[in-house]
Amino acid sequence: MSNIALRVDNLSKLYHIGASLQHYATLRDVLAGWLTKPLRRTRPDRASKNGRQPDTIWALKDVSFEIRPGEVVGIIGRNGAGKSTLLKILSQITEPTYGRAEIFGRVSSLLEVGTGFHPELTGRENIYLNGAILGMRRAEINRKFDEIVAFAEIEKFLDTPVKHYSSGMYVRLAFAVAAHLEPDILIVDEVLAVGDAAFQKKCLGKMGDVATEGRTVLFVSHNMGAIRSLCERSILLMDGQLEIDGPTQAIVNAYLLSVTTMKGDKGEIHWAGGEEAPGCDEVRLSSIHLISHTGKVQNTFQLDKSIVVEVTYIVHKPLRGMRIVLKLKTEEGVIAFASTDHNQQPAELQPGRYMSTVTVPGGILNRNKYYIHLSVDIPGVKVLIPGTEYLSLTCIGESAHGSNFPENWPGVFALRLEWSFERLDSMD
Amino acid sequence: MNDTQLNEKVKEDQVNPVPDVPTLIIQSTRGWASLDLGAVWRYRELLYFLVWRDVKVRYKQTVLGVLWIILQPVVSMVVFSLLFGQLLKVPSDGVPYPVFAYTALLPWNYFAGSLTRSSGSLVSNPQLITKVYFPRLIIPLSGLFSNLVDFGVAFVVLIGLMFFYGIQITSAIVVLPFLILLAMLTALGFGLWLAALNVRYRDVGYLVPFLIQVWMYATPVIYGSTLIPERFRFLLALNPMTVVVEGFRWSLLGQTAPASQTSIWILILSLIMVAVVLITGLIFFRRTERTFADII
Repeated sequence: MSNIALRVDNLSKLYHIGASLQHYATLRDVLAGWLTKPLRRTRPDRASKNGRQPDTIWALKDVSFEIRPGEVVGIIGRNGAGKSTLLKILSQITEPTYGRAEIFGRVSSLLEVGTGFHPELTGRENIYLNGAILGMRRAEINRKFDEIVAFAEIEKFLDTPVKHYSSGMYVRLAFAVAAHLEPDILIVDEVLAVGDAAFQKKCLGKMGDVATEGRTVLFVSHNMGAIRSLCERSILLMDGQLEIDGPTQAIVNAYLLSVTTMKGDKGEIHWAGGEEAPGCDEVRLSSIHLISHTGKVQNTFQLDKSIVVEVTYIVHKPLRGMRIVLKLKTEEGVIAFASTDHNQQPAELQPGRYMSTVTVPGGILNRNKYYIHLSVDIPGVKVLIPGTEYLSLTCIGESAHGSNFPENWPGVFALRLEWSFERLDSMD
Repeated sequence: MNDTQLNEKVKEDQVNPVPDVPTLIIQSTRGWASLDLGAVWRYRELLYFLVWRDVKVRYKQTVLGVLWIILQPVVSMVVFSLLFGQLLKVPSDGVPYPVFAYTALLPWNYFAGSLTRSSGSLVSNPQLITKVYFPRLIIPLSGLFSNLVDFGVAFVVLIGLMFFYGIQITSAIVVLPFLILLAMLTALGFGLWLAALNVRYRDVGYLVPFLIQVWMYATPVIYGSTLIPERFRFLLALNPMTVVVEGFRWSLLGQTAPASQTSIWILILSLIMVAVVLITGLIFFRRTERTFADII
């Protein structure tokens, strides 16, 4: 018997930024490119020396590791560290530039729940369709059908088109199909980040079952809690390279440490504009500032004082129903709260430069480090700027939780609550 | 480890869940990828489900539903009959013009529909490409099969028309499946090229409707190939749809047209043409397939 389930050897993937950022080329661009090619220096190393952005990026570079059968391994790292690229290569969706991976056994990947779901089809029909897409045989789906339906808790709506489902039901059904795959090796991307808390818990439970059944699992998540509870071993990726590989607790700590040294840590971040700024053709971010009650830009705040988050952005095309969504996250990736300016936004936003400002009152946050996570979207229509953590902030000072004893106080928040105290009786 | 040891290990695997040799090796493919049509066969159930999805969903939330399948060719037939049959008096080789046109519209619409679907199939299903693995060939293939349903429904109308005009079905009808297959392979060959190109160049999306329009006039749909002077008829061989369309008329309407020396040549050249487009299309598709997820 082999004691290896998965062997990854110097796996590397080079992306051409031109191709990945600009989703498609038109023939006109290509023709224009051919005409001007002799006039340009296209070698990537040259370009970077000239101070321009390099044309290529190693999304994954010389990553090697081995996984034994039955191991449950977490893959962690910041956005863009190469986690998704690694999973995509292992799922055969994209090819490595060089290096190789050897897989011993039947492998299934779950990079998204509900791939191929069709809104017009009923729950029953989508179970079969999605099952087939995930690689299940019809006989296998037939066998597990009742189990899937029970897990998803949609018995009553089995013959309703899924477009009438609530988003919770939709996600439950989608996860239920995927959860009943029975591969030797399961590769899972951030799929637990969906659904309500109760369902997430159920999914985690199911994942735990999968793990204890002796399957090999490769699991990507930003949820350190989930990684801790499921994986004994973890791998930390940074900038496409394998940083460390070892027991989960140590790796999670290393990850949290690495996150604190992120850029833009001075309470502000600016973009020059153009392609560099996060955004799309319609809207691009231009700056984010964290401002204290004294009006200074900083990244350390007194617990009892308010924090102003100022987001400026440039709208290039008229947009209807756009909103900015701010999430304050803890180091472990838990969303402390989320808030949006949707109600303040006009129905239609004309091209121009705008600023959205929000004040987080004092006396809410704990002595902790938090991250400012921003996204811009038109709800139900499209995501204009995908969510990213841009800035960090640290709260210090006299804690509002009710004690001055110097200790680490648990909790995402440390609310100033009113305690009352009275003597009820004397014991003598 | 020598070979005998290896064999023993392989035998063990039948009992043991973890195989000793990798069941899958992932590395960058260099040069020519093998066509690996076996993989498509292994995923035939998925093909079946995708076809079934297409068929099921196509006319959902429409008032007329399946009627659309019939309406399109019938309305075209009426317009063509008035315009070309009545006004311009295009010769229809002794068959009533409406049947003459409809018999050609049937395979033509199938071909046009299949080509449109398969060429747009990859870009309209990006999540299937970036989130899950299966042989990508399944995607353009599914459009070809789901369109067969439309073809079948429209065919029933043809039988009604033939009955109405009192045209007898002859034994020549046995070549019909072969002609349908030829139309499928032609659509697949061009569809593979266009689908793969479409991933990189969205120009294809604008090109296809235009291409189909021009192509229809280059195919004897509204006229018969007898209208073209004999010495230019070899040009028709470059267009495999000529054989399909004229073949349909021949096998259903019992026309004697395509028995000459020229038509045999046209048939052979068309078959070569389809084979070339299909094989190069398959190779091109397989070669570019590995970059689909990166650039779609």
